[in-house]
Amino acid sequence: MSKSSIHTEVTQWLDRHWDPNMDLITWRSLVADSGWGAPSWPADYYGKDMTPQDAAIVEQAFAEFGAVGAAQSGVRMLAAVTLLAHGSHEQKQKYLRGILTGEDQWCQLFSEPGSGSDLAGATTRADLRGDEWIVNGQKVWNTSAHHAQYGLLLARTNWDAPKHQGLTYFIINMEQRGVEVRQLAQMNGHASFNEVFMTDAVVSRDDLVGAEGGGWQCAMTTLANERRSFDRARDVGGRKGRQGKIFADLEEEFAIANEPYTWYPQRAGRVDLVMPRAMETGAINDPATRQDIARLHIMAECAKWTGDRAKAAAKAGKPQGPEGSLGKLAASNVARLASRVHTAISGNDAMLTGPDSPMDGTIAEILVSTPAISIAGGTDEIQKNIIAERVLGLPKEPRFDDGPFRDVRRNTGPAADTKN
Amino acid sequence: MALVFTPDQDQFRDSIQRFLKDKMPTTEVRRLMATQRGFDDDLWRQVSQQLALTGIHIAEELGGAGFGPVELAIACEEMGRSLFCGPYFSNAVLSAYALKLGADQDQQETWLPGIVSGDMRAALAITETTTLWSDSDIQTTASAGDDDQVLLSGNKQFVIDGQTADLLIVAAKSASGTGLYVIHSDAPGLNISPLDTMDPTRKMASLTLTEVPATKLSRRNENLLPNLLNAACIMLANEMVGGAQQLLQSAVEYTQLRYQFGRSIASFQAIKHRLADLLLDVELARSAAYQAAQTMADCGDLEHLSDRQQRQLTEHASLAKAAVSETYLQAALETIQLHGGIGFTWENDTHLWFKRAKTSEVLFGTPAQHRERMLSAMTDANNMAEANKTENAA
Repeated sequence: MSKSSIHTEVTQWLDRHWDPNMDLITWRSLVADSGWGAPSWPADYYGKDMTPQDAAIVEQAFAEFGAVGAAQSGVRMLAAVTLLAHGSHEQKQKYLRGILTGEDQWCQLFSEPGSGSDLAGATTRADLRGDEWIVNGQKVWNTSAHHAQYGLLLARTNWDAPKHQGLTYFIINMEQRGVEVRQLAQMNGHASFNEVFMTDAVVSRDDLVGAEGGGWQCAMTTLANERRSFDRARDVGGRKGRQGKIFADLEEEFAIANEPYTWYPQRAGRVDLVMPRAMETGAINDPATRQDIARLHIMAECAKWTGDRAKAAAKAGKPQGPEGSLGKLAASNVARLASRVHTAISGNDAMLTGPDSPMDGTIAEILVSTPAISIAGGTDEIQKNIIAERVLGLPKEPRFDDGPFRDVRRNTGPAADTKN
Repeated sequence: MALVFTPDQDQFRDSIQRFLKDKMPTTEVRRLMATQRGFDDDLWRQVSQQLALTGIHIAEELGGAGFGPVELAIACEEMGRSLFCGPYFSNAVLSAYALKLGADQDQQETWLPGIVSGDMRAALAITETTTLWSDSDIQTTASAGDDDQVLLSGNKQFVIDGQTADLLIVAAKSASGTGLYVIHSDAPGLNISPLDTMDPTRKMASLTLTEVPATKLSRRNENLLPNLLNAACIMLANEMVGGAQQLLQSAVEYTQLRYQFGRSIASFQAIKHRLADLLLDVELARSAAYQAAQTMADCGDLEHLSDRQQRQLTEHASLAKAAVSETYLQAALETIQLHGGIGFTWENDTHLWFKRAKTSEVLFGTPAQHRERMLSAMTDANNMAEANKTENAA
């Protein structure tokens, strides 16, 4: 199909069906069943077998028409990608539609108090009893778990296999007695994540994804797509101020989906606020602070240009150079320096918090949020290992975690559990 | 934006890299740096004529290859990678831009073709006591002698390749302000003496001028010295990126070869993390240097720039100079440290780049001075935007 004929077909379909006074789920059910909600998915599973390029045209046609598309936000797309790659026919039939309609929320149950950077060291266990897997253990850093119907669970099913080979990937129903979700308060006062406690929680045999012992491969698929959906829910062509039930529903969905992320801009250091704050406070006239501001500006510009270089190289069809692997580490450095510069600019006021703090609390939120950026989504230290090994080609450190997992030394004492 | 090089530019870089790898190994660097002249005439001719690098950015009518700052920056980067010993920077960058910015058409036709072909070597003499090329630093005077001849008197320091130049382009003050003047190296009243500098791969001289007959460069250009400094900083930044990359590469290679405690030291996280940090620094510095070269290319002939263009050129030039010079020195220090004791020996090559890094750090202004210069260019812009807003509101 040509570009324009795709566009025309989508627009005609929208012409026939779009009604902003429908409720959101009814509309998205139509979208999901039509295949226009996820056109790059297989035709057998709510898609149209389209290339990503053609799918982008569909998305564009929706945006131009001003119509709402399938649900996209949160972990649901990670679930979809993983199920499409590794799930059974029954799993795809059962779960994909609820993902697109937005009826079901999903969460990821990977990290544990005892395994963060070393994700494959998970010790949450699943034991087969009859036709059911019985799950016991604790997960942490689970965004949206308190809203979720389903969880993507990584659990150990074989303690005699080496670390990576003893893990299995499951879909767990979050709405059951054996699953307890608690919000986890952060040092910046927000609670964007949860802890999930599983005590004899039950997973049906049919909800084992991929192969028993093949959980690590499935988890890799999920994580490889994490960056893309890590972002906040995407805006749909000018939804603000639009009339109709659909848009009211959508506002509500966005508010819930975005709630965990309101402090993310502050976590990145808000370099954009440095110059206005320096002008406002007069710090711009202090020679020492000027040097700090200049250093930050240089680092932030260089980081931006380095990202631009990576994008330009990809666009020109060149192999990825080192510039493509450095963004996360650069962002940590920028945030850390930005926090220092904001402190220098604010002086005494850096001691305040809440609405008394400059910019109605924004400055305080920067100062108490930036420590997260060098940890979340892979610590700086892990990033540096990856850069050293994959980009510079340096040898790996010797490891001590091969052989049967039950013999691998694990956390004991305080580091084993967040609640000693 | 030169965020990605064209296939032609990649090929251009490859050809310079191959040439310099062959002609300028460190054995040759060490041989030439120990000589008074500091370069090899045959090689210089090959660079200028066979590879046409000296005039890569000069118009074809003047004997050049007609490319721009991005190509010149590529050449500078490769020169910096190999520590090329020869009067490239002084001619292709400093003198060529001094003539491009300061000389009228006739004067350009008189001098540029000789510089482009490498047959005539020129050097730029601006610095007296401070590091930045500020107007107030220039005490050398240009006064009218008999027969309306202009005579220069004063002292100049840190004149790159001054001792082997045929022509010297000198900044001096007259009643009408600061300007550039051309003198011949054999002119009466001129004394050139070599300076003992830390980096023997970049020769420098000091000048004493006592009523030296000179020709004034007569193109009117109100931003002559600032933009000459911008060009110098941008090309030096690109030269430094080449050196920093070479240092990183040598540290990566050496730490893998070095075994202690039964394992390659590159397998220790203490080493890996340092190298990852260094790679990040080098790539960020590279972005600054490339972006600055592109900004300069976007400014065309550097004349008749809008306020915004002028400020951005200064911002990016000083940003690149500050960022890359600190990274270059850091790369040199890290590379010495990662080599351990052998890194501090004369036999090991690291100190050759260390000395280039150390001197490049202060050449044309220290990092702190350039951060201030950058911020001034930016805040002037901010203040103007604020003023405009207030005006519009009123």
